Amino acid sequence: MAGAVPLLEVRHLRVEFPSRRGTLLALDDISFSIAPGEVLGVVGESGAGKSLTGAAIIGLLDPPGRIAGGEILLAGQRIDNLPYEQMRAIRGRRIGAIFQDPLTSLNPLYTIGRQLIETIRTHLPVSEDQARARAVKLLQETGIPAAEQRIDQYPHQFSGGMRQRVVIALALAAEPKLIVADEPTTALDVSIQAQIISLLRRLCKEHGTAVMLVTHDMGVIAETCDRVAVMYAGRIVEVGPVADVIHRPSHPYTVGLMGSIPAMDEDRERLLQIDGAMPRLNAIPSGCAFNPRCPQVFERCRSERPDLLEAGPTRAACWRVADGLRSVA
Amino acid sequence: MTAPLVEVKDLAKTFDVSAPWLNRVVERQPRQFVHAVDGVSFAIQRGKTLALVGESGCGKSTVARLLVGLYSPTRGSVQFDGKDTHGAADRAQLRLMRRRMQMIFQDPYASLNPRWKVRDIVGEPLTEHGLVTDAVELRRRVAELLLSVGLAAADVDKFPHQFSGGQRQRISIARALATQPEFLVCDEPTSALDVSVQAQVLNIMKDLQRQRGLTYLFISHNLAVVRHVSDQVGVMYLGRLVELADKAELFSRPRHPYTRMLLDAIPDIRMSGRARTPVQGEVPNPLSPPSGCAFHPRCPHANARCSQERPALTAVAGISVACHAVTEGRI
Repeated sequence: MAGAVPLLEVRHLRVEFPSRRGTLLALDDISFSIAPGEVLGVVGESGAGKSLTGAAIIGLLDPPGRIAGGEILLAGQRIDNLPYEQMRAIRGRRIGAIFQDPLTSLNPLYTIGRQLIETIRTHLPVSEDQARARAVKLLQETGIPAAEQRIDQYPHQFSGGMRQRVVIALALAAEPKLIVADEPTTALDVSIQAQIISLLRRLCKEHGTAVMLVTHDMGVIAETCDRVAVMYAGRIVEVGPVADVIHRPSHPYTVGLMGSIPAMDEDRERLLQIDGAMPRLNAIPSGCAFNPRCPQVFERCRSERPDLLEAGPTRAACWRVADGLRSVA
Repeated sequence: MTAPLVEVKDLAKTFDVSAPWLNRVVERQPRQFVHAVDGVSFAIQRGKTLALVGESGCGKSTVARLLVGLYSPTRGSVQFDGKDTHGAADRAQLRLMRRRMQMIFQDPYASLNPRWKVRDIVGEPLTEHGLVTDAVELRRRVAELLLSVGLAAADVDKFPHQFSGGQRQRISIARALATQPEFLVCDEPTSALDVSVQAQVLNIMKDLQRQRGLTYLFISHNLAVVRHVSDQVGVMYLGRLVELADKAELFSRPRHPYTRMLLDAIPDIRMSGRARTPVQGEVPNPLSPPSGCAFHPRCPHANARCSQERPALTAVAGISVACHAVTEGRI
C-alpha cells in the first residue's frame, strides 16, 4: 500500500459542540486512513464518538456540532470544507451511507423502486428505464426474492432484514468507492444480522467498495473488518489489524473491552470488568482520558496525554507502550 | 431431587389482535389471534438459572410477564413453591407470593420513574409490602440495598437522570431485591448496556445469586451472555420451546436445527476460523404460522412429515427437543 493515495484520509480531526457552558470537544485529534477496498471497523462504547466520526466524514454533523480542526481527504481531495451543494453531490455518488434503523432511512410514502430510481438518476446519467433495470438488479444482488414485483412495494411491506437489504442497495446505487455504515446490524435479530454482515462483505468485495463500519459489537468487527480503530472518549486509543487488536490488544481499555465480552469457548465465573463509566464530554480527565479506570495507571498518565505509539503490529495511545511495558492481556 | 421453585405447565397466552368491531362487520374481516406463547412447560430448581433465548417475537418476554403475573395465562399454570400463582389464591396469599418474585426490565431508562428520587424508587416495595414503616429504618435499608449492588449510600437523594445506564440498571436490581425475593425474572437486563457495563451487571447478578441463593429466569437473545449466566437453556421459536437442555449439553451438542442455526449465527469473535453455515430465511409472521413444525420452511432437514405434523417436546438422551428429524434419528 506504500506510496498509494489512501481512499480516505482523516488528519487530526477535531469536532466541537459550542454550548452555553463552554465548548465541548467531542472528537479530538482523530487520524486514520482507509485504503481502496479496505474494511475499517470503528468500535467503542456509547458516547465514544464513533458515530460522530462517520457523520463528520459524510458531512452530516448535527448543528451546532462543527469541524474545528484537521482535514478529511477523499482520494487526495479535501472534502471537509466544501460548500453544501458540492458535498451533496459527493454524498451518495462517492460516499454511500447505511444507518442503524432501516425504517427511518427509507421514506415510508414512496415505493422502494421510486427511492432507488431517484437515487440512481440523481447521480448517474441514465434514463428512467435503465435506472429501473439497475434498481431491480441491485435488489437481486442484495438477495431480495421476486425483485421485479417487490420493487413497487412500500417499506412497511418489508421485514427489518429485508429493509436493511434495500438500504444497502440504495447505498450501492451509484457505485460509491466508500460506504460509511453506522451500526448497520444493531437493530436486527442475530440470525438476520449474520445474513446482512455476509451480504455487506460479499457485495463490497465484488464492487471493490471500501467500508468504514461503525459498531459497538466486537463480534461484527472480527467477522468483517481488515483493520479496526478502538475509540474512547472522543479519541482513537488503539488501531491495527483486526487479528492483532483482538488477540494481542495493547491498550488497557482494549484489553478490558475484550475481557468483558462473554466468550463462547471458555468458562469463567466472573467476567473481566472495567470499573466506572466513560467520562462525560464536559468532564474528560486530564492526561490520558482512560486513567481513572485504568488498572495500570501511573503518574505520567494523569498529567500527560499519550499519542498513538507503535506497539508491535498495532498502534496504541498508552504510556505503558512507550515505556516498553506492554500491558498483559 | 427437591421440588422445583418454579414449575410451568402447558402455559399459553393468546392475544386478540382483531380489527375493531365495525371494521370486522363492514369489511367482513375474521377475528385474529396471536398465539404468543403456546404450550410451554419447564421447571427451575432453587438457586439455578434458566435462560430463555430466541429472536424477536418468539414469546420469551410474554413468558416472563406471565410468570410474575403481569399477564394472566389463557391456558396452563404457573406454580411457585408448590402453589398456583393464577388459581383461586386469595389476595393476601397472592401478595405474599408477589413479594417473593420480582422482575428486572430491559430498559433502565424506561423502567425508573424520572420524577422519583432513588430513595423512593428503591424504598417503594418496602413500604408497599409493609415491610418497613419507620423512616430511619427505611433509609438504612435503602442504603444497604444500594451498597449491595455497588452504588453509594449517598446516591439516595439523586434522580435517575443523574446516573449512567449501567448504574440505572443497578438501581433496578436494588429495587427488585428490596423485598428479599427468592425468584428474579430478568427480561433482557443487559441488552441496552455497553459490553463493559454489561460485564459489571452480569458480575453483580452472579455475586448476588451466590450470596442469596437466588433463582433466575433470564431472558436474552444473546447466546454468549446466556452461556455465561445460565444452568439450563430453553430455546423458543414462535411461541414454543423447541429445545430445553443443560447449558453444557446445549452448547456442545445442539440438537434442534434452529438451535444449531442460532449458534452458527454468533459472530466468531476469537476468529478461530470456525466454519459457518449461512442462515436461511426469516422468522415467519406469527399471525399465520406455518403448519406442522413452525421452523420447517427454514429447516435444511425438513420433510413432508415436518410440514404436516407438529412435533412435541420429547425427551431424548437427557434433553428435551421438539423435532421429528432428531427423534427419527435423521440428524
